[in-house]
Amino acid sequence: MNQMTLIPLLPLLGFLINGLLGSRLPRRLVALVACGLPAVSFGLTLGLFLRLAEGGAPFTETLFTWAALPGFRLDAAFYFDQVTAVMCLVVTGVGTLIHVYSTAYMAHDRGFSRYFAYLNLFLFFMLLLVMGKNLLLLFAGWEGVGLASYLLIGFWYEDPEKTTAGMKAFVVNRVGDTGFVLAAFLIWFFAGTLDFLEINAFFNANQPTPAVMNTIALLILIGACGKSAQIPLHVWLPDAMAGPTPVSALIHAATMVTAGVYLLARLNGVFLHAPEAMTIVAWGGALTAFAGATMGLTQFNIKKVLAYSTMSQIGYMFMACGLGAYPAAVFHLYTHAFFKACLFLGAGAVIHALHGEEDMRRMGALAGRIPFTFSTFLLASLALCGVPPLSGFFSKDEILWSAWSAPNGSPALWLVGSVTAGMTAFYMFRAIFLAFFGPSNVPLLKQQGIHEPPASMSVVLVVLAIFSAGAGLLGMPGVLREQFGLSAPFFSFLSPVFAPGATGEAGHGTELVLMLISVVVTGAGILLAWVFYGRGRSLADRVRRGAGPVHELVSRGYYFDRLYEGVLVRGVDRLSEEVLAKRVESALHEGTLVKPSEGVRATTRLFARLQTGNVQAYLLYALMGLALILWWGVAHA
Amino acid sequence: MDKYQFLTVLSALLFTMGLAGVVVRRNLLVVMMCLEIMLNAVVLSFVTFAVRSQTLAGVAMTFFIYVAASCEIALAMAIVVLLLRHRCSLDLAAHQDLKG
Repeated sequence: MNQMTLIPLLPLLGFLINGLLGSRLPRRLVALVACGLPAVSFGLTLGLFLRLAEGGAPFTETLFTWAALPGFRLDAAFYFDQVTAVMCLVVTGVGTLIHVYSTAYMAHDRGFSRYFAYLNLFLFFMLLLVMGKNLLLLFAGWEGVGLASYLLIGFWYEDPEKTTAGMKAFVVNRVGDTGFVLAAFLIWFFAGTLDFLEINAFFNANQPTPAVMNTIALLILIGACGKSAQIPLHVWLPDAMAGPTPVSALIHAATMVTAGVYLLARLNGVFLHAPEAMTIVAWGGALTAFAGATMGLTQFNIKKVLAYSTMSQIGYMFMACGLGAYPAAVFHLYTHAFFKACLFLGAGAVIHALHGEEDMRRMGALAGRIPFTFSTFLLASLALCGVPPLSGFFSKDEILWSAWSAPNGSPALWLVGSVTAGMTAFYMFRAIFLAFFGPSNVPLLKQQGIHEPPASMSVVLVVLAIFSAGAGLLGMPGVLREQFGLSAPFFSFLSPVFAPGATGEAGHGTELVLMLISVVVTGAGILLAWVFYGRGRSLADRVRRGAGPVHELVSRGYYFDRLYEGVLVRGVDRLSEEVLAKRVESALHEGTLVKPSEGVRATTRLFARLQTGNVQAYLLYALMGLALILWWGVAHA
Repeated sequence: MDKYQFLTVLSALLFTMGLAGVVVRRNLLVVMMCLEIMLNAVVLSFVTFAVRSQTLAGVAMTFFIYVAASCEIALAMAIVVLLLRHRCSLDLAAHQDLKG
């Protein structure tokens, strides 16, 4: 067992220890195990990453042969290349930080050890997902993180609403997984392999018809949409906020929901030859980015604002994938992990300070009361909005530039992205003005208890805030690289994995102009938020009333939930109740169960007559049987 | 009819008699006795054939049969005693619990 195998196995060990013995161990030890093992994993990942960064070849480790058929062999193998390295660093790094944060956040919870067991289990499956060398191993991790997500959303299982939310996440993900599995079948059918490298190599060398390529790509997209909460399978993400806040930060912002982006990037060889599907991915991402941002504009629950924001940001990543700008997508994934985790944990600190209050209408004027939490939250918000030189600026700008310059990009796509960026700035600062400024709407009862988070929480906030601010410097945009002779270590690190995307004709002058425009748009969004919510809220109220039905439409998430409820849930209900239960089942029941069982009963009654209970009768039967056998033996001698 | 034929026929007759008794008689003890008759009929045929073929295998078999028979009768008598205690009757008609 080498270093690489240990990376996912250590969190699994943590899960086993805390899951089996946790309730009997002291909390301090539970916390130590839960934070320590992922931290060691992070260290090991860092070691492998450094060896890769020095120019080492990707690592492969075959554990055992999972299945061997004639002409087809499936290994349980790990693969650690540059993309996996980035994903693993984010998963173990941010994961460890959130574990540390949770020790304080969950300190008074009855399910302390259960919580950490689930969280470690999640890390194990997530690492399996990003390190798996073939589609099947990835799928195992894929389902596993779904399970962990389900368990953690419904962590407070006494509340039926929360368990329902967990179930919803699980069921919606099943829809996506169907697409995933069908895609895997098709890939196996055509390429005869499930290994990522072999799949990409196969489809680069020979493609079946374009229709097949597009079908495979779209099925993969469906799978990715389910996991990454993209329209139309996004409905589970806002409800998933029922889980504890650190869980939202880790699973539903930083890591699991970005698995779809990872999948698209991993199978880039398939998408490269499915240009129509690529365009759908790009526009689907843009649509989700836009719709997510609009829904975020109207929410009052601080976690839901962040949930819709996550959806919208992953939309950006999908857009980048659809444009073939995989490095930009992975870069945004990486910066997003930091600032969104920081935002969620900051929101968690606010919720913690207010004893579980999540509604921003009952917050306000918190900036002075918890200045430390406020400053980290503000920094992460600025990073998300894309204010230079914070990380979100670089990563978002890289995507917007691709939208403009990529061969299948277009100014329209860029426009949608830019408008979304403006809305992002608006809803984040709306949240900041509502929660941290203005009059205090905190109930008197809770006023006394407002406090800064304990050390273990604030340290994590600081670390994440530093990364939110600085992480983007690793991936300077091309124009700045040229102007100042800088390098972009992030992109050069990833370059062995992704073939360099074509950038089109648009020159660097255009890039600079677009960059300035996006800064202006962000500034306008922030200013608008101040106009609406910063200096008094009468204008916002008036606009909301004026917008009436439109506001209603957006704030209810475009009625997606109601549509699914009305068409799918109700439809299936009706079908199973009226048709299946009342007609089909009764007929089937009569024909296949009642009738045969009556026949069996009649036959048994016939034979039961022989069973008189008289020993001598039995003896006689036995003798008759014996005589028959003897007779048969003699006759056939 | 030489003596071997006679003894074989006698063995067959004894066996049939025992069989008829086992199947027909109602008294448990008599049934047991008939069982023993069947067993001895078999032993008789073994001995007859052993003498006729001038080998020892058949005679040796006799010993095994008697060992098994004594074990069997010890168990069977215990069962009979238990059955007697259970129903206070030796009539087989009283012991018809194995009904389907």
